[in-house]
Amino acid sequence: GLFVWHLKNTGIRQIPCQFVHLCHGANDRLITFQYFNFLKRMYVTQYNKDLSQRAKPKSDAVASPFRELQQLDQEKKVIHKIRPISPVHQPLSEAPSRNELREMKSAAETEDSVAPVRAESKEDRQWKEMKLRLDDLPGILARLSKIKLTALVVSTASAGFAMAPVPFDLTCFLLASLGTGLASCAANSINQFFEVPFDSNMNRTKNRPLVRGQISPLLAVCFAASCGVPGIALLTLGVNPLTGALGAFNIFLYTCCYTPMKRMSIANTWVGAVVGAIPPVMGWTAATGSLDAGALLLGGILYSWQFPHFNALSWGLREDYSRGGYCMMSVTHPGLCRRVALRHCLALIGLSTVAPVLDITTWTFPVISLPINLYISYLGFRFYRDADRSSSRKLFFCSLWHLPMLLLVMFTCKKSFLEKEDKGDLLGGNHGRAVEIRLP
Amino acid sequence: PPAHSCNDWIGPPDKHSNLRPVIFYVPPEESPLERRLREARQEAQACDQRFWARHNRAFRQEKEEFIYSRLKAKGLEMRDETGQKATLNAEEMADFYKDFLSKNFRKHMQYNRDWYKRNFTITFLMGQVALARALKWLRWKKKNV
Repeated sequence: GLFVWHLKNTGIRQIPCQFVHLCHGANDRLITFQYFNFLKRMYVTQYNKDLSQRAKPKSDAVASPFRELQQLDQEKKVIHKIRPISPVHQPLSEAPSRNELREMKSAAETEDSVAPVRAESKEDRQWKEMKLRLDDLPGILARLSKIKLTALVVSTASAGFAMAPVPFDLTCFLLASLGTGLASCAANSINQFFEVPFDSNMNRTKNRPLVRGQISPLLAVCFAASCGVPGIALLTLGVNPLTGALGAFNIFLYTCCYTPMKRMSIANTWVGAVVGAIPPVMGWTAATGSLDAGALLLGGILYSWQFPHFNALSWGLREDYSRGGYCMMSVTHPGLCRRVALRHCLALIGLSTVAPVLDITTWTFPVISLPINLYISYLGFRFYRDADRSSSRKLFFCSLWHLPMLLLVMFTCKKSFLEKEDKGDLLGGNHGRAVEIRLP
Repeated sequence: PPAHSCNDWIGPPDKHSNLRPVIFYVPPEESPLERRLREARQEAQACDQRFWARHNRAFRQEKEEFIYSRLKAKGLEMRDETGQKATLNAEEMADFYKDFLSKNFRKHMQYNRDWYKRNFTITFLMGQVALARALKWLRWKKKNV
C-alpha cells in the first residue's frame, strides 16, 4: 500500500493543471482520492465490492475510519496544493460524473484486489488443515488486530498529541503512539473473538482469521492479552497514568460495551462514537498530562464526525444488519439515523468555531474549515432529505476526506504557545498573520 | 481430510449457515480433558449450524413472501416480461428489514447469551488443554535429558 502511495505521490504534482479537464477529472480525482485515502483504499474497495453483495462493515466503521493524519513533512505541501482545488471540484462534478467516478474508482481500486479475491474464493472452497504456519502468522495477526484501523487510531492520537500546547517531546510521542497502537490491537482482537458466527454471516467480515479457522480462539485471546497488557503498562508507566487509564477504559468500552451492545440496542452507535473520540484525547493527555478543554474539544470533533460517517455507511447495509441481528439506527429508526447525521455535521461547524475561543487555534481555523464543514453539512442535509443510496454514499465518501483535511487545517492553524504569551499582539486579531507552524 | 493428518480440518462455508464446518482429529491417546474440549466444540458447532441455517432460511423465505405480497399489492408479477425476477427498491425493503429485526430480537438475545457462554467455555478448555500438554512435554523433556 505504501509503495503505491509513494508512486501516486509523485504523480500528484501534475494533477492541478489537469483538473480543469473533466474528462480527466474523474481519473485524477481518483488519484487524489486514492492519495487521500490510501489506507482507506482497502476499506473503500471492500465497500464498493460489497455493495453489490449487501455487506456490512460496521464493527470497524464506527471506531474505525479515522483518516490517517499524514506525516507532516512533504505531504503537507502537496496537500496544500490540492486542497484549494478539490472542494471546488466536488460540487462541479456532483451529479453526473459522481457515479462514473465511483465506478471508475471502484473499478480501478478493485482491479488489484479482484485477482487476489478470485484466487481466494477458489481456495476458500477447499478444506484446509487447521495448523498454524509461522510464516502466515504476521499476516494473520495483522488481520486479527485490524492493523489498518489501528494505524488510523494511532494517527488520531498523534493528532491529539500534536495539537497540545506544549513543547514537542519525541520519546513521549513515540511511547504514546506505541501504547495506543498496542491497546487498539488488543481491543480489535477481542472484538473479533466475540463476533465469530456473526462475522461469518456478513460478506465483509467473512474472511477474518478466526472465521476462517486460521488461528485458534485461545491464541487470539493470548495475543490480545500480550498486546493489551504491555500497551497499557507502557502508557501508564512510560507516559502518564491518566493516558493509561483512558486506554484501559477505551479497551473496556469497545470490547465489553460496544461489541455486545451492537446486538442489543441502537445506543451502541453513541458508545462507539465515544470509543472513537478517546484516542485524540489520549494523545493530548499524553502531551500535557491533564484533561483540558482542548482535549475535550478534539474528542468532541471526532465524536461528531463518527455520526455522519457511520450513519451514511450503515444506510447501505441494512439487509445484512437485519439478518445478522445487529441493532442499528439505519434499520430500526431510519429517520433518527438521518437526523443524527445531519445534527452532527452541523455540530462540527460549531466545534470548529469553539477552537479559537479555547486558544487551541487561531481564528483562521473556523474560517478555512468553513467550506469543508459546510459541504459535509450540505451532504448531510441531502442525505436527510433524500434518504437514498446515492446521498448516503456521497456523505460517506465525503467523511473519508473531511476528517484528515480538518485535522490538517487545525494543525496548521494551531496557536503556538509562544504566541499565546504575547497576548497583546494576538488581541489585534489579524486574520492573515502567519502562524508559527510547529512541526513534530 | 487425509487419514494421516494429525490436525483438525476446516472446510468451506456452509450454504445455509455460512459457518465453516470443522472435522476434529481424535488423537489415539486422548485425555479426558481433550475429549471434553472436542465434544464441547462439536456441540457448539452443531448448535451454531442449526441456529444460523434455520435463521437464514427463515430470512430468505420471509423476504420472498414480503416481496411477493408487495408486488401483488402494486399489481405486478414476480417476474416481468424478460423473465427477470422483480425486486423492490431499498426503501421498500427497509420496512421488511426493520420488521424482521424486531421479530427476531428475542431469539438473538438468547443466542448471544449461549454463544458467549460457549465461546468462553471452549476457550478456557483450550487453555487448560494447552497447559496440560505443555506440562507433559516438559516432563518428557526432563525424563529424556
